[in-house]
Amino acid sequence: MPALLTLSLFLAATPLKLWHAYRGGEEQALQELSKQFSAETGNPVELLAVPYDAFSAKLTSTIPHGAGPDVFIFAHERLRQFQRLDVVAPSQLDRAEYLEAAVDALEVDGRHFGYPLALKCLAMYRNTALLDRPVESTAELFERLKPFVVPAQNRFALAYESGDFFYHAPIYFGFGGKLFDEGTGRSTMNTPEMAASFRFIRSLQERGTMPQEVSGALVKSLFNDRKTPLVISGPWFAGEIDPTLSYAVDPLPVIAETGLPMRSFLGVEASFVSSRTAHPQEADALARFISTHFQKRVELGRQIPAVRDLPDDPFIAAFATAARTATPTPNTLEMARVWEPMKLALRAVLQGTASPNSAGAVADRRYRALNRDAPAAANPVPWLLGLGLALAVAITVLWRGRSRERYPDLKRAITYVAPGAAGTLLLVIVPLLAGISLSFFHHEGGHYRFVGLANFADILASRGYSVTEPLSFYFTLAVTVLWTAANVVLHVSIGLGMALLLKSPLLRLRGVYRMLLIVPWAVPSYITANIWKTLFHRQFGAVNGLLIWLGIEPISWFTRWATAFAANVATNTWLGFPFMMVVALGALQSIPPDLYEAAEVDGASKWAQFRHITLPLLKPALLPAVILGTVWTFNMFNVIYLVSGGEPGGATDILVSEAYRWAFQRNEQYGFAAAYSVLIFVVLIAWSRLTRRMAAAEGAT
Amino acid sequence: MKARTVLLHVSVSVLCFVTLYPVLWVVKMALSLDAGASPSPSPLPTHVTLQHFVDVIGNTDLQGRWLFGRQLFASLFISSISTLIGVSLAVTAAYAISRFRFPGKELGLQALLLTQMFPATLMLVAIYELLQKLGLLDTWTGLVLVYSTTSLPFCIWMLKGYFDALPKELEEAALMDGASQSQVFFKVVLPLSRPMLAVTALFSFMNAWNEYILAATLLNDESRFTLPVALQRYVGEYKTEWGHFAAGALIISVPVMALFFALQKNLVGGLTAGGVKG
Repeated sequence: MPALLTLSLFLAATPLKLWHAYRGGEEQALQELSKQFSAETGNPVELLAVPYDAFSAKLTSTIPHGAGPDVFIFAHERLRQFQRLDVVAPSQLDRAEYLEAAVDALEVDGRHFGYPLALKCLAMYRNTALLDRPVESTAELFERLKPFVVPAQNRFALAYESGDFFYHAPIYFGFGGKLFDEGTGRSTMNTPEMAASFRFIRSLQERGTMPQEVSGALVKSLFNDRKTPLVISGPWFAGEIDPTLSYAVDPLPVIAETGLPMRSFLGVEASFVSSRTAHPQEADALARFISTHFQKRVELGRQIPAVRDLPDDPFIAAFATAARTATPTPNTLEMARVWEPMKLALRAVLQGTASPNSAGAVADRRYRALNRDAPAAANPVPWLLGLGLALAVAITVLWRGRSRERYPDLKRAITYVAPGAAGTLLLVIVPLLAGISLSFFHHEGGHYRFVGLANFADILASRGYSVTEPLSFYFTLAVTVLWTAANVVLHVSIGLGMALLLKSPLLRLRGVYRMLLIVPWAVPSYITANIWKTLFHRQFGAVNGLLIWLGIEPISWFTRWATAFAANVATNTWLGFPFMMVVALGALQSIPPDLYEAAEVDGASKWAQFRHITLPLLKPALLPAVILGTVWTFNMFNVIYLVSGGEPGGATDILVSEAYRWAFQRNEQYGFAAAYSVLIFVVLIAWSRLTRRMAAAEGAT
Repeated sequence: MKARTVLLHVSVSVLCFVTLYPVLWVVKMALSLDAGASPSPSPLPTHVTLQHFVDVIGNTDLQGRWLFGRQLFASLFISSISTLIGVSLAVTAAYAISRFRFPGKELGLQALLLTQMFPATLMLVAIYELLQKLGLLDTWTGLVLVYSTTSLPFCIWMLKGYFDALPKELEEAALMDGASQSQVFFKVVLPLSRPMLAVTALFSFMNAWNEYILAATLLNDESRFTLPVALQRYVGEYKTEWGHFAAGALIISVPVMALFFALQKNLVGGLTAGGVKG
């Protein structure tokens, strides 16, 4: 009995850790619920709000190390992945309590995980002041809603994120399409229904019924500015709507051609119990408590609970109705592979670079290429022997070849270098070697299998693609080289030019200008890169605004390779020139002014001074910056990912963004991504050898 | 002469405007209550509100702890210490590489450059495992260690290049005058290398200041988060709170701007020009 008492005291002292990515009302509701749980059970709860971006990676790295939460909240789409990485514990769901679709969504191989919290699906928001009755059929979009379409005033009949497959899926299903073959479980995108759905959205865009290149932010501002009466979105959109606007939520309309209703994907958010929790019972109780106590979540967070007995609320009822006809997004690995090819196909159709009839085939092909079969396992023993032998040879050669010269400063050199070298060795070199060794493995569901050079063979043989196509290693390499060259030339010339301008003795308020020019470097690039993307928007971007003002045809920037590439380069030049400018400003200081004075006396022109004094003396300080700048640009991921996103059709992707996609968007093929990284590494090593040779040759002449 | 001055000022102003235009958009987003991708090319906000700044700065948790303040402190602390450690390690190593002969020097220098060539994302898993073995998960120490070492290769390279360009005669003269080796390093070399020290310090600081993935993975307590992690909270699964995100990004840029302002005398002040006569 005393033992039990101390146990319960101990439990009361260690709070249950609950991790989530909620914000606003949803977070508030969760806070109140955990307080209530603590009050009722005596178990304190500690909440941690994690950025959504980092949430999944944080869960999969902390939980296996026992450093994670007891309970966490996540959407069901990742469930299978979590289950394979063994981070979730099974749950005892009461089927009778929840909607059937929600229970199904949380099932993996006959077992259930987590407790459903909220449903995320799509419905139609209608501005009731503009439109008094719901749109029941898509035919009405072209007829009844025609008066709303005024392209000159940026007015549309409908807005939704048309480039995202989550939003396109209802249309595809409405045309009678199926995503997966029931026999093989594989996806087929090259279907007549897909072509029909593509034709439909293309006509929506061509007739001006909906805008081009739609982002979430654009949908929001069009609806709030009363420039569109209809929006397709989920429950989360309610919080974005101007409070003075009166609206209703209607079911998605019927596709006129087929007579079938549009059916949304259904996401189920659930509270999962960690597989490594120290308090399984308490954690399970907490997860269940949050799931069954939905009042607060409905009231504050406007969540659509997954229970059968719904509260009486028109908004909740509307979405619950939509959820009943929705299809749970499959939690399979196959589904995870569908998003990327579909997104690219959708964009190609909307931008007019692919015909609705052929885009499905392109998507299909990409899906198959991404759907890499696991390479055969290899025997690591000969490799280890080979590695040992190579090491032995290398050491012997180094030892034999060691120079016989004496090092008078050796002791001092060691004291100067050792601390830095030790830190670098431990925290830079060791992780680097670990990264390299990953490239010889195949990663699937938390397990690594040694496959020898199979990853490299696949990449270099460009399996699934011809050499001249985007997505083949060689094409991407060519783009990367071009990208690097263009950027470095622009960075150095603009940076140096600015530095020289700022050095001019005629310039007043120099400090102010310097501060202003440094700003792009100071503001975090993940936000400015997003701004640049909006500047290049086809309909609303400032760059096209400027072109129109100059009397030039506006450009659809991301539909052609050259313009998309130019947009990327412009963004990165803007981001990168201040660094070169600062380095050049620093280096210009090391040039003694009397050299110029002497040149002036000798009657040398400004250009001659620049050519014969400034450039040669800047070189030693600028060269490291240029070499490093090249390496960084080669691996500059943010800009490509955020601005062009690889469009059109992955053609502006560079090697590192391709590696990223393999690692994080294509079922965590870490081994394959590491092989890409090793190839990047090899290319850069070859490049640095070449420049060293060239520098040496130049020094010799 | 006058015309040239005017031309110079006009061109620099135009360049500044082009440079600032995208940033003005960030400002507009931060100051407008409802600024999505507003279909107007003007970067000036239509109605100004400071609500987003108030929300970001006033961020407090359930226990009434002022999260923003704590996170600001965490960021400042981690970034400053990382910079201090990183730059001190770099300056000694770079000096040795530039001035002394020792075995493995060329190899080491090449290896440093090589480390910059491997995409960082794939090293994260290994770094996490390492810190776990060292018992440094969920600590600032772990972050400081990683930040100060990851910026080392850059700093060493830059400083080495700068030292190579510095004439050795000054150090030799000081030695002749009876100064000790360490006196030469501290009294002659360090003051002369201020411009490049400023550049590397700025770089190390920003490297630590803006890093977010590792900090988000490592830290498990909201009051000990760094600011970029807190900022990323405004980017959700279904929607992004652009106003808050922009306001936060501007706030995050302030210390970097301040640092640049503080260091700019050293960056371009011309203090060294008198000492270095080739």
